[in-house]
Amino acid sequence: MATQDINTQSVIDQEEVLHPKMVTVEIAGKTYQVPEGITVIKALWYTGQEVIRGAGCLGGFCGACATYYRTKDDPKVRTCLACQTAVQDGMSFSMVPPFPARKAVYNMAELQDPKQDLFNLYPEAPLCRNCNACTEACPQTIDVREGVWRAVFGDFKTVSEMFMDCVMCGLCAPVCIADIAPSLVALYASRAQGVHFTEKPERLYQRIKEIEEGRYKTEWDRLLKMNEQQLKEACAELK
Amino acid sequence: MEIHQLQQIVHKTRDFRRTQTLPKYQPAERDTLIKKYHPDFRESAYRPIKFGLNEGESTVRELAALLEGDSPIPADLDLTPAYQTDVLVVGGGGAGCAAALHAHAQGATVLLATKLRLADSNTVMAQGGIQVAITNEDSPIQHFLDTLKGGHMKNDHRLLKVMVEEGPSVAKWLLDLGVLFDRDADGNLHVKKGGGSSKPRLLTCSDYTGLEIMRVLKDEVLNQKVQLLEFCAAVELLSDGHGACSGAVLRDLDNKRFVVVAAKTVILATGGIGRLHIQGFPTSNHYGATGDGLAMAYRMGAKLLQVDTFQYHPSGAVYPEQLIGALVTEGIRSEGGHLVNAKGERFVNELDTRDVVSSSIIRECEEGRGIRTMSGRIGVWLDTPLLEVEQGPGTLERHFPAMVRQYKRYAIDIAKDPVLIYPTLHYQNGGVQIDVNSESNVKNLFVAGEASGGLHGRNRLMGNSLLDLMVYGKRAGLTAAVRSKTMSHGALTLEHLTRFRTEARKHGASSDMTSPMLFPAYAKKE
Repeated sequence: MATQDINTQSVIDQEEVLHPKMVTVEIAGKTYQVPEGITVIKALWYTGQEVIRGAGCLGGFCGACATYYRTKDDPKVRTCLACQTAVQDGMSFSMVPPFPARKAVYNMAELQDPKQDLFNLYPEAPLCRNCNACTEACPQTIDVREGVWRAVFGDFKTVSEMFMDCVMCGLCAPVCIADIAPSLVALYASRAQGVHFTEKPERLYQRIKEIEEGRYKTEWDRLLKMNEQQLKEACAELK
Repeated sequence: MEIHQLQQIVHKTRDFRRTQTLPKYQPAERDTLIKKYHPDFRESAYRPIKFGLNEGESTVRELAALLEGDSPIPADLDLTPAYQTDVLVVGGGGAGCAAALHAHAQGATVLLATKLRLADSNTVMAQGGIQVAITNEDSPIQHFLDTLKGGHMKNDHRLLKVMVEEGPSVAKWLLDLGVLFDRDADGNLHVKKGGGSSKPRLLTCSDYTGLEIMRVLKDEVLNQKVQLLEFCAAVELLSDGHGACSGAVLRDLDNKRFVVVAAKTVILATGGIGRLHIQGFPTSNHYGATGDGLAMAYRMGAKLLQVDTFQYHPSGAVYPEQLIGALVTEGIRSEGGHLVNAKGERFVNELDTRDVVSSSIIRECEEGRGIRTMSGRIGVWLDTPLLEVEQGPGTLERHFPAMVRQYKRYAIDIAKDPVLIYPTLHYQNGGVQIDVNSESNVKNLFVAGEASGGLHGRNRLMGNSLLDLMVYGKRAGLTAAVRSKTMSHGALTLEHLTRFRTEARKHGASSDMTSPMLFPAYAKKE
């Protein structure tokens, strides 16, 4: 058997293993040496820092680890998710503390005119001055500015599609000169789209009714009386 | 060797593989495969639990140590409550939020305490979808049988029947809150087929199903003004002196103080255990998945069930290094993605159950047909470009935007190149034993979601976890709320802890482990 051959041939080169290298980074103003290529959050752990505020799913979905960073000699401060970004030499970064953006409180089901209600709940939403800082701040590369305008013009459907990727990290809020919290506006618009402007799925309603009316009762009675062998046979028949 | 060179075999063999149909394993073959390769059967990783209600039962060493570990609570802690509530929900993921919302809707006072932020959880990462039997070709009965088959016939039938029957109504609840499930052209809910299921039954929100559900539930918890304590981890339960649960002690992680909560009912929705890194496996789980609820419930005298079985999700990322353990969605296989070994061969029906697929990947790697990385990892290819070939360019971007993004960050284009995967520790199949109302054998102590056990048997089916959270989160919340109306607060004592400590001393259990551990110890010391 060619086991041996495959074992030696099927090894992926990894630059960090071929040429292990430490890089210099600046974390919240202090300089540290960390292995090249590890993620920003791992660099924090590597330098002995316990992270509680700032660590969440570690998979790029929860937005807890929003971070500001700058690369060597570049004046541009960028944003990233610390669990999804690799460190590089000369990088400078700080985790972003929670930003006290205002979330409107509403009872979605009881809203009469959600597209109009947006202006009562988030009166700052139409005050966008088109600076585009929110779009630039988004680590998910959502066109946030466009989304805010779409919400203002009542195109909630497009907003809901554009913001399906939104991890609610909130990085779009601190940069807004009009004090809009775009992720919260988009969440409102998306929920309104679901509650008020989306077709009712008839097949689901039909199934709920069938269950309530006991449509499956006979089958359940038969099934729940089966012994293990009979159940196994029933399972084996599934295709 | 350069990665692109190694990937060539996947491109070269694609056309041939497309002509192949691999049958699923017969039950006997499945059993043999699993017993030989599944980590659940690695005896050296297991030991008996030394004391408590599950004394003598075998579990993984990491969990045994956690269950026998000592509480951080001093015996003379002042138990004057800082909060009084009808329902205390511990955990802010899917089950916790569902429980809190349903209890609140019943008019109960609810306090939700969570170790991290509200919504930081495994739920937020669930990509595959939620199983609900809605099509004409499908039924709750079929869903029941599929789940039973996937769970190796070890599922609790009563719990399972409730889950599959209430699936459609909790799907409606989510829709009514504004969750945007994918639709067919006629407005009906679109269904996809998941591994181990005989019928398409997965409701999805592209590959962000968990994130979409969690965003909406969190927003609703905030709208309903449920009282919240974030960064407050439960570390011990309280007993009324007669065996019932009467509250909990939390630790405020900002000021390290203990916070005593008097609660008529407590709902543990603390989730899973991945960050214990059982058997050294990487994990797909969130930072706080350290089995806190299991440890606290066990000390309180709750019975655990099937805590010897864990789910290793077949497709954890192996390369690049930054993505180690991160989940590569099962949706790729649902839509026809092949698993390919170093010789360019398929080796399993990709839609078989997770335990079967994982076992077969481990087999390929152990028998020398894996692909290694220089940092010492091993894996097999998942042929993602195949989906573009079969369904047209742009398919991945349309159906799997999260995954495309996940790899694009590291300059990997999954539409052009296959990705390397290996099983990752994903889910705790067992947990605290519950009844159909989510209550444990300890009165007034409810457990919902991944922390509970019995429903999934020895292997959970894809898409059944989100459903579990919604159904049993709801049942726990409703039952706890109704119960709390007819009772008064119990005494607050640490009687159970005194008993536990006496027993621990008797068995010579070392107390060098503080339990719950709350977070993995990743920060480098020295």
